[in-house]
Order: sequence, then C-alpha cells, then structure tokens
Amino acid sequence: MLETVFNRLFLVTFLASTIRMATPILLAALGEIYTEKSGVLNISLEAQMLTAALAGFIGAYYTQNNWLGLLLGMLAGILISLLFALLTVSLRADQIVVGITLNLFALGLTTFIYRVLFGVAVIPPHVEPMVEVHIPVLSDLPVIGPVLFQQKAVVYLTFLLVPIAHWFLFRTTIGLKIRSVGEYPLAAETVGINVTRTRYLCILLSGLGTGLGGAFLSVGQLARFTDNMTAGRGFIALAIVIFGQWKPYRAALAALIFAAADALQLSLQAVGVQIPSQFLLMLPYGVTVLAMIFVARRATAPAALAQPYVKEG
Amino acid sequence: MAPILCMRGITKHFPGVLANDRIDLEVEEGEIHALLGENGAGKTTLMNILYGLYEPQEGEIVFQGRPIKVSSPHQAIGLGIGMVHQHFMLIPVFTVAENIILGLRSSRGLVLDMEQVQRRILDLSERYGLGIDPNAYIWQLPVGLQQRVEIIKALYRGAKLLILDEPTAVLTPQETRELFHILRSLAQQGTSIIFISHKLNEVMAISDRVTVLRDGRVVNTVLTRETSQTELACMMVGREVVLRIERPPPAPGEPVLEVNDLHALNDKGLPALEGVSLRVHRGEILGLAGVDGNGQIELAESLVGLRRPTGGKILVKGRDVTGSLPSTLIRMGVACIPQDRKAIGSIGEFSLAENVILGSHDQPPFARHGLLNRQAIRRYCQHLISEFDVRTPGVDLQARALSGGNLQKLILAREVSRPHDILIAVQPTRGLDVGATEFVYRRLLEERQNGKAILLISTELDEVLCLSDRIAVIYEGRIVGEMRAEEAVAEEIGLLIAGSRREIGIGRRDESRSTADRKNSFAKETRERV
Repeated sequence: MLETVFNRLFLVTFLASTIRMATPILLAALGEIYTEKSGVLNISLEAQMLTAALAGFIGAYYTQNNWLGLLLGMLAGILISLLFALLTVSLRADQIVVGITLNLFALGLTTFIYRVLFGVAVIPPHVEPMVEVHIPVLSDLPVIGPVLFQQKAVVYLTFLLVPIAHWFLFRTTIGLKIRSVGEYPLAAETVGINVTRTRYLCILLSGLGTGLGGAFLSVGQLARFTDNMTAGRGFIALAIVIFGQWKPYRAALAALIFAAADALQLSLQAVGVQIPSQFLLMLPYGVTVLAMIFVARRATAPAALAQPYVKEG
Repeated sequence: MAPILCMRGITKHFPGVLANDRIDLEVEEGEIHALLGENGAGKTTLMNILYGLYEPQEGEIVFQGRPIKVSSPHQAIGLGIGMVHQHFMLIPVFTVAENIILGLRSSRGLVLDMEQVQRRILDLSERYGLGIDPNAYIWQLPVGLQQRVEIIKALYRGAKLLILDEPTAVLTPQETRELFHILRSLAQQGTSIIFISHKLNEVMAISDRVTVLRDGRVVNTVLTRETSQTELACMMVGREVVLRIERPPPAPGEPVLEVNDLHALNDKGLPALEGVSLRVHRGEILGLAGVDGNGQIELAESLVGLRRPTGGKILVKGRDVTGSLPSTLIRMGVACIPQDRKAIGSIGEFSLAENVILGSHDQPPFARHGLLNRQAIRRYCQHLISEFDVRTPGVDLQARALSGGNLQKLILAREVSRPHDILIAVQPTRGLDVGATEFVYRRLLEERQNGKAILLISTELDEVLCLSDRIAVIYEGRIVGEMRAEEAVAEEIGLLIAGSRREIGIGRRDESRSTADRKNSFAKETRERV
C-alpha cells in the first residue's frame, strides 16, 4: 500500500518538475531558434539568463512584486542581447568570441553585484515564491491534473508560445523573411529585406524570451539567487535548438527530455538513492551529449548561420 | 517605337579603375539586346548600376520615358527592372513559391497566402511556357529550371525589362535552346531583355541588336542581322582573334592514367560515381564532357587523393594508387588544376611565392631540414611569373588580390612546372575572358606536345570539342559515351550530356551503326538499348 502511494507521488512530482524545469530552457531555446534562423549564432544565452536571473531577483526583492521582477529580468535579457547584436551584427565581430566573452562577463558581473547588494549571508535573502495557478476542473484530474494543470503562470505561457512561435516562423511573411535572412542574406537584401534590422529583431526577441527564462529560474523556481545559478542551462538551450532541428515543437520535446533527466536526478537525490550526488548531477548533461551524438549529424543548420553579413557597394 | 531604356553618359570609377566610361545604351520595347564584352569590359558594372547595386558618378538613366535614380535592387524591381544573376538569388531550402513571394506583401496581411501565389505562378508559367511547379523545392530543381524560377520571380514583380547576366554559362546546349525559346516568347509579349554574354554564337542566335563593350567603353551598337561573329569578335577584343585553335595531329603513347570501374560517394553520402572507367595516354587530351554535378568533381577528387573511392581502381603508370594520399600522388606525377581556383587551387592569404610551392613546399630547394629557403622560393616564383605572364606587382602580393585570369595562370604554372606525367584540368577556363582562355588552351596543347597525359574535365562543350583528342561524356556518375574527336558531333554529345542516349539511338540509327563498326563503346551502348 505504502509502496504504491510512494510510487505515484514520486511519478507526479517527477513529471510536474520535469515540466517546470523545462520552462526556462525552452524559453531560451525558442528565442535562439529565431536568432539562428536569422543566421546569428548567439551563444551568450547563458549570460542573458544569468543576468536576467539576478535582475529578476533584485526586482522582485525590492518591489516585493514577482511580476515586476520578471519584467526587469526580461529587460536585462534584452540589454545583454542588444550588446551582442551591436557587436556582432553592426560591428560584425565574431559571434562565438563575443558570445564567450559575454558569458564570462556575466558570470563575474552577477556574482559581484549580488555580493555588493546582499553581502554573504548565512541565510540568503529570498522572495515570496510564485504561486501555482490551478486550472479549474482540469487540475482535479488524477496524475494529469497536478502534472499539467497545477503549474505557475509562466509555465503555461511558455508552452502556449510553442505553437505561436511555430506558426509565426513558418506561416507569416515576417517568418519567411527571417528564414531567408538566415539562408541567403544577399538574396533577401535584393528583394528589399533589411538584413540588419531582421537580425536585430530576432536577437532582441531572443533576449526577451531568454530573460524571462532566467528570471523565472530565480524568481519563479528557487525564490532566491545563487552564484552561477543557471549552471549551463543557456548552453543546454543551444544544444536543444540543434536537437530540435530549429523547430519549436521538436525543441519543446528536447527541452522536456533534458528537464526529465534533471528532474530525475533531483527526485533520486530526494529519495536518497545510493548513488553519489555528483554523479547524478551529471545526468542531464550526459543526456545532452548523447543526444547530440545521435542527432547533430542529421541536422541541417541555416546556411548562413554565424556568418556576418557585409553589404556590397 | 520609343526606347524603354536610355542610359546616357554612364561613368563609374572604382579605385584605380575606370569601369564604365561615358556609356550610352538604348533598349527598345520587346527587344532582345545583347551586351557583349570580355571579362572586365564593364558589362556587369553597367548592369549593376541599372539594378541599383552601384551608383554611377555621372550619367542619367531614363526608363519608360521618365528619368530615374536607382539606389537599391528593391527600387529597381519596383520600377519594373528585373535581373537574373549568374549566381541565383534563390534559397535552396525554400519552395519555388516561397522564393518568389519573398519580400512581397501578402493579400492576407501578416499571413502567407500560398494558394493565391501558386495560382499566379502557374498562370505565368503557362503563359511563357516555363513549366514551373510552385511547390517544388529549389534544391530539387536542375539549374535550368532554377533559372526560370528567377525569371518568373522577376515577372511576378511586374518586370518590363529583364537583365540576364551570362545566363547560358550554367546550361546544357538543350537547356540553352529552351531558354532562348522562352526569351523569344517573352520579347514577343512585350518584355525587353538585356542579354549579357561573351559568347559570340549565342549573341548571334538570340539578339536583335548588340552593344559591344571594351575597356569600359562602347565600341559600337549594331543590328545582329547586319554583323558577323568575326566582326563582333574583332570589336570585342580589339584585334583579330583565332576562334579555332590549331591542333597538331595526336601521337598518343602508352596509358598513364587508368581508371577502372570507379565508385565514389558525394559529400551527402550518395553515390556520385557508379563505375567510371577511363584511360588517358601520353600525348593525348581526353575531354570529359558533362553538366555540372554528374560526378566530375568527385572523379577529380578521387584522382588526386582528396576522396576515397568506395570501389574500383586507379592506376598511374601501371601502379595501383587507389586511395593514396595527395602527397603520394603528387610525387607519382599527378598534377591538377582544380575547379575552384580560389577555394581549392590557392590560399588567398598566402603570397604568390608561397602559393607556387604548395605541394612541393617540403622539397629541396624550397625546404631543407624543415626550414624554408625564402630566397629560392621567391626566385622560383619570379621565374614562373615571367614565364607564364602573370600580371602582378610582385611575388609578395596576396594571391586573392590577383584577377581570375592571372590566378589561374599562376596555378597552371605551379602544376605544370613540377615534374608530372598527367595533368587533370577541371574547368580550366571557367570565368576567364578570351585572352586568358587562349593562353590556357595554348599551354594545355603544349603539355600534350610534351608527351603529358591530360584529362580535361569541362562543362563547356566548345572547349572539350576544341581541345580533345578523345571525348568521353559523363552522366549521373557513369560514362555514357566515348568517341574520337573527329567523329564527335556537338548535337549528339549535347544529348548525351542531358542523359538521353535512347533518343540518339532511335533518331540516328544509321549513324550509331556506323560508329559501332568502329567499336565505339558509346555506340555499343546505344545499340544495346535500341
């Protein structure tokens, strides 16, 4: 009897946290799909997320309003991505180098600002946790209810964004423009598409999504900020874009797989399985490496990915 | 009839070059107007000005009776000027319809209205006999059809004047004929066409009038029916040119290169060569004709060790060298002029001196004990530059600063100046003007006289016909025909190139019988099929 209850509880917790943990990565990945479809490889997702996590926490902490916190997080994401766009699109610096630099910069910057503002406390400061929104009727269903319909608002929003992102990219004129810029910018330019503006748009859009993801990590999930709390999630999002072959639905699936690995290791740790925790912590990253080995070869990236566009004449 | 386009006194300087010098050009409505000139004569510059890619320093453009200023292709398109570039402005992973409506407004606002677009494309396709399926992906289409997609793209945007930049460079003879048919139908229905070319026979075949450019100036504008190829060639080059190269009779010796039943995959992992067998003898040029993408690149790469064959054998001077390293093959006496002089043939950032020793860079006198002897290298480069007439300010210039013709001469110099027995020349004159082409031809024939074996891989049928002693045709990774040059008929090869050997067999039964008597492998093939 006890055994079955434990198992069911374990399953529900595991699935619910899978979906919750997939959210920030998926937000970042959706943004990155747009950026990469426009021909820009923005590996500074980690920087955007981490900065947004801190900005979101600061916002929520001082205003006592989690929503304002998320808003500030998005703003921070946009700021970092604006910096990235400025350096890579306008000044045509190498996208990889700029990305790495921003990641290192953000790691130092966030740690520094956090220390300056909050010092080193025994009990770290925290904000009011975000509440789950129970969807009427549906949330009462067994298993499915608590897994799918007792989540935080941002989670619902994120998964609603998946079909929207798909529709926009593949069914609208702007989506077509974005894709053309990532494939053959010169051809796009000759039919009157502004390559620079399109790329800026995508990068900033990505900053918005990634910023929300980062802020959700601190404000929505942990209710506090810790040094380097993104722990490579920005990079996982990059892998997910490739794993998802630059398609929103597939990326959502990929994000869920990664999050499942992450949730599993947490659940296993909580249950007290006799495996060293360091080993369990590796699980999601190991899954990512494995996934890349099998999928990366088949994936075809946008033809002009990571190539700066130089206008002629 | 009033001209649709008047360009008057167009002048364009680039740093150090006067690309267009007071050029006048008039195009009538419904006229096919050829713009003839060698590379660097200013044809493309002039058209880029018209299309809004460059801004002229002087001159005026009047289009449909109104003076215009074009500052971007987008604007040109809006005015009714369309251009089909040499390199297509098409996105391979998009469908035809997606490519055509890219950048245009949709009748449904933000949402794409693919059905309506498809209908309009089909209408246009039918009206001009283009045979385009709006739902096909560009990468699935042969080059000839891709070009028509470019034409539809311009028509869809309401082009009244269509500029075609060397449109036949990428086409088979059959595709060229179809294109000409389409162009005539377009012109009849009122579209004006500017046809850029340096090929005299095509200009003679398609145009109503010809404007000849040389060194950035208009030499003359003439009615096509009142001129001749010789006259045009004279205007274009500024001197008498020999259109046919003199070729002493062949004296082939023993085979140097033998390829037996060679199989190889392309970069996508699909079969590219499916049993190619060839034999090239000393003192002979074997021309391999075929349209781009039928395995020529894979064959050349297999022969120089850049691609590992999946089956079959390659013998050089009787020794099995299948799957050998490029360095081994170079030492065995294999020289190669690769198809892409910039990407594979040279290293753009290296100096000319460094480029000419590539491949022998670890051999004395250029290197001893792993140290480069810079003086010997520079001296050697100096020597090659003067012998091969490479126009350059010096040996320290970066290779990428050379013009196409000069870079090709440099690569040719490097390859034939090293001890070798066989020369594989892939598209040796692609993009070269008449002068440089003549030079390359002469050198290849000299090689032949010196007893080297030469495999000439080219998509230019005229080139193959003009240089080869024997001609083989490659289609979809197989040799579909082989014949002695004096038996070759351009028409037949043209059909073989396009992969229709059956038709030849039926249409020219008698001829193929007679060739069969001469034990010609191509004819055997046909006979078996008939």
